[in-house]
Amino acid sequence: MHHVTEETIEPRVAAGSSHPPRVRVGIPAPAVDEPIEHPAIEVRKLSLWYGPKRALGEIDLKIAAKKITSLIGPSGCGKSTLLRSINRMNELIPRVRTEGEVIVDGVNIYDRRVDPVVVRRSIGMVFQKPNPFPKTIYENVAFGARINGYGGSMDELVERSLRQAALWDEVKDDLKKKSGLALSGGQQQRLCIARALATSPDVILMDEPCSALDPIATQRIEDLMVELAREYTIVIVTHNMQQAARVADRTAFMLAGDDLVGRLVEYGLTDQIFTSPRDSRTEAYITGRFG
Amino acid sequence: MAAETPALPGAELFHPRVRLRKGLGSAFLVLGVASVVFGLAMLAFLVFDVVERAIPWLRVEFLTQFDSRFSDRAGIKAGLYGTAYMMFFTILISFPLGVMSAIYLEEYARDSWPKTVIQINIANLAGVPSIVYGLLGLTVFVRWMALGRSVLAGALTMALLVLPIIIVATQEALRAVPSSIRDASYGVGATRWQTIWHHVLPQALPGILTGNILAASRAIGETAPLITIGALTFVPFTPQSPLDRFTALPIQIFNWTSKPQAEFHDLAAAAILTLLVVLLTMNSLAILLRNRAVRRRAG
Repeated sequence: MHHVTEETIEPRVAAGSSHPPRVRVGIPAPAVDEPIEHPAIEVRKLSLWYGPKRALGEIDLKIAAKKITSLIGPSGCGKSTLLRSINRMNELIPRVRTEGEVIVDGVNIYDRRVDPVVVRRSIGMVFQKPNPFPKTIYENVAFGARINGYGGSMDELVERSLRQAALWDEVKDDLKKKSGLALSGGQQQRLCIARALATSPDVILMDEPCSALDPIATQRIEDLMVELAREYTIVIVTHNMQQAARVADRTAFMLAGDDLVGRLVEYGLTDQIFTSPRDSRTEAYITGRFG
Repeated sequence: MAAETPALPGAELFHPRVRLRKGLGSAFLVLGVASVVFGLAMLAFLVFDVVERAIPWLRVEFLTQFDSRFSDRAGIKAGLYGTAYMMFFTILISFPLGVMSAIYLEEYARDSWPKTVIQINIANLAGVPSIVYGLLGLTVFVRWMALGRSVLAGALTMALLVLPIIIVATQEALRAVPSSIRDASYGVGATRWQTIWHHVLPQALPGILTGNILAASRAIGETAPLITIGALTFVPFTPQSPLDRFTALPIQIFNWTSKPQAEFHDLAAAAILTLLVVLLTMNSLAILLRNRAVRRRAG
C-alpha cells in the first residue's frame, strides 16, 4: 500500500484532463492524488467504433490495484462501453472495432495473440441486471470454474465464493435444490458476484450493479464491494453519484461532446472530484446541472 | 380545492358516435367467434365422418395384416412399418443437420452477403411444393445415388423437405435466448462453444423441439414426394433394411381411396385414423419431453 504524505506528493493533473489545478482560497486543500505506480489496468489511447459511429475517443486511464474506481457520466458518455472493453466484451457485438491498448499485467489484452476467453477468466464481470443462469445456485457458481478446468474441490470453491459474496448463509441449505432465478433481486446480484469470484479473477468489472436493486440490497452490495476491494481491483460504472462518492477511491468523469464521442474529462481521487473538480463540466455534472 | 375543470376546448367539434363504434366492435367480435366456430365445426365434421366410417374396421387384424385385394383381409402393417421406419431415418437425418445448420448460421456466421443469400433461400425453400422435393429425391437419391425406391431414399427426401422448417424454427429459438445469459457465460471466461452448449442450447431447446415436432408432423403426412420417388402401393412385406422398398400410411390411404369399392374407402378412413393417432402420439411424446426440459430449468 502507498502512503500519502502532503510533502512528497505534488498535485497531479488527472490523466486525460488538460486543465491545470486550481487553487481555491478558503477551502481546505482536498486530498491530492498520488501517481498510480503499478496500475492493475492501464488504458492507452483507447478508441472504439460501433460500425461507422465512434463511441470512445482516445481514453487514457490508469486503474489502481485493489481499489475501487468508478466511472461516472451522463447516459451515452461511453462509460459502459469503456468498462466492457476492459475484458473485451464489446467484441461480442457485431461490427465493433477497437483501437488502442489495455495493459493488464504488462500485456496488451488487445494483442492479436491474446484470447479474449482467457482475459475474461481473470477479469470478471457483474452486469446491470442480475443474470443468473437458469440453473441451481451451486451450478451458477461452479460453471465458470468448471469450464476453466478448475482442479480443486468444487464444493469448497462454491462455499468460499458464496461466503465472499455474503450469500452463503442465505442459500447454504438449498445450494443444489434452488434455481438461481428463485432468489430475490439482491440475492441474484450477489450470486452473480459469487459467480465472478469463483474463477479467481484479479479484476471485477461492475456495470451499474445496483441499478435494478432496492436501497437495502444496494447497501449490501456496496458494503460487499468495499470488502472485496481488499483483494480485488474493482471498476464500477454507476449513474448514482452518491454511490460513487460512498465506495470509490478514484472517480473518472466521462462525457460525450457534440460529436457523441465519449471522452475522459477528469480523473482523480473521489474526494477531489466531488469537492473540488478542476473542470467546469465535472462540476456542472456532479452538482446536478445536467446529465 | 382544485380549480374547476375547464370545458375541453373544441369539444363541440367532435361527433363521438359511440353507439356506432361500439356496434362495429360487436360485429367484429361476432365475426371472430363465427370464424372460430366455422373452423372447429368443419374439423369436427371431418373427424366424425372419419371415425364413423373407420370404427367397424378397427380390429387388431387391421394393424397386423398386409394389404389385400379383399377388403376384409386388408391391413396396414406394411404402411405402419414403412412410416415408422421412414420417420426414424427422417428425424435421424434432419434433426442434427437442421439444428447444426441453424447454430452455424445464427451463432457463428458473420453478417455478410453469402449468409443473406442462404437465409433467403432457406426461407423460400420452406415454401416450395413438396412434389418438387419428390422430383429432387427421385433424381438425386433414387437414380444418381442409386438408393432405389428404398426407405432411405424416402427418408432423405423427407429430410430435405423438412430441413428448412427445422432450420428456421431453431434459428428463431436461438435468437430468443436473452443476450444477458450469453454475457454471463462469456463474462466468466467461457468460449463460444461452451456458451452455446451449456447455456444457449438448453435455453433454446423447447423452441427447437417445437420446430422439430412441426417438421415431423409435416413429414409423416406427406404423400406427393413419396409417390414421385415411387414408394410402392401394394406391399406384402415389411422392410428389413433401409435399402428395402416400402410403402407408407399416406400412400396406403391414397391407394385405397382411389379404388372403386366403398369398403376400401372405409378402410382408408381407418388408416387415416391410425395415422392421426400415430401423429398425435408422436407429438405428445415430444411435448412431454419439452415440458420436462422446461420444468428442469424453472425457478
